[in-house]
Amino acid sequence: MTAPSVAGKREEVIANPLFEYLLRLGDDRLVLGHRMSEWCGHGPILEEDIAMANIALDLVGQGSSLLKLAGETEGAGRDEDALAYFRSEPEFRNAQLLELPKGDFAFTMVRQFLFDAFSVLQWDALATCSFAPLAGIAAKALKEDRYHLRHSSDWMLRMGDGTEESHARAQKALNRLWRFTGELFESDAVDAAVHAQGIVVDLAAIQSRWQQTVGDVVGRATLTVPPAGATSSGGRRGRHTESLGHMLAEMQIVARSHPGAKW
Amino acid sequence: MADSQLPLWEVFTQPGHGEPHEHAGSVHAADAEQAMQNARDVYARRGEAVSLWVVPSDAIVASAPGDAGPFFDPGNDKAYRHPQFYKVPRGVRVF
Repeated sequence: MTAPSVAGKREEVIANPLFEYLLRLGDDRLVLGHRMSEWCGHGPILEEDIAMANIALDLVGQGSSLLKLAGETEGAGRDEDALAYFRSEPEFRNAQLLELPKGDFAFTMVRQFLFDAFSVLQWDALATCSFAPLAGIAAKALKEDRYHLRHSSDWMLRMGDGTEESHARAQKALNRLWRFTGELFESDAVDAAVHAQGIVVDLAAIQSRWQQTVGDVVGRATLTVPPAGATSSGGRRGRHTESLGHMLAEMQIVARSHPGAKW
Repeated sequence: MADSQLPLWEVFTQPGHGEPHEHAGSVHAADAEQAMQNARDVYARRGEAVSLWVVPSDAIVASAPGDAGPFFDPGNDKAYRHPQFYKVPRGVRVF
């Protein structure tokens, strides 16, 4: 059987795999950070509002460092602002999990937990990689994400083992988000190419440790891990859900309306 | 007006090793872990502290405003309570 010529798996040559890899890392944090920032001023209580704004700032900061490094790696004169504000939707490389609208507080916190549990393992591996600028970013981000995980795990327990309402909302969020988690552990030619450059991240090992962490916290929260099923993915190749375009329109409008503006 | 939020906790931050913990303010939280996290986010986010204490506000016993007189009015009529009352004898080294 021959592969269809349209919408089939593309085997394109990746000109600069390290640039692609850094975009994936950076876009994950930038997009999730923006979604979290949408809570600013809308948090359930003042203290949580401040906590969520802090987490959003950490993530946007990580995204900024990674995109800056990506721009330097690309060598085409694009800085972190150019990459954040002047790329369109198909040029973004974040996993789809991170672009979904923030939903209710349970949806936001369950997603944050699922990503935090992955992110600390990813940073832990990258902190010892042989590309020093990335190892440096990873070491700093690891500390931040350990705190994020502590915060989001605590909310998992609080919501799951809380009231009937909070339990139901957390379980509903977990069920809806589950099919987007598989993309975090997918690897392709970009991963293989950076592996050869000394950026070694064992995604299979990370997945198994992630399942342990998630299983443990979800269990203690008296929630249920959803059954394995179909996976939604494509973000790493620029295929996104309909939500990302709307989010980018809002995120990018000021920079695009006033290019080069300083404040 | 009654506080309709979560229980109140007092936050103490230690600005450096060996320094005393000082009262920084208060946060609302359901339990000790959340109080610790909220305290960190509100009062220790920009490197202001190396250590945090959180204490349930109702565990603090405070003096009442009515106690101010008997508790705090200085005994100025008893000059000998202050070290300045005592003259340093000649020949004693003053530090």
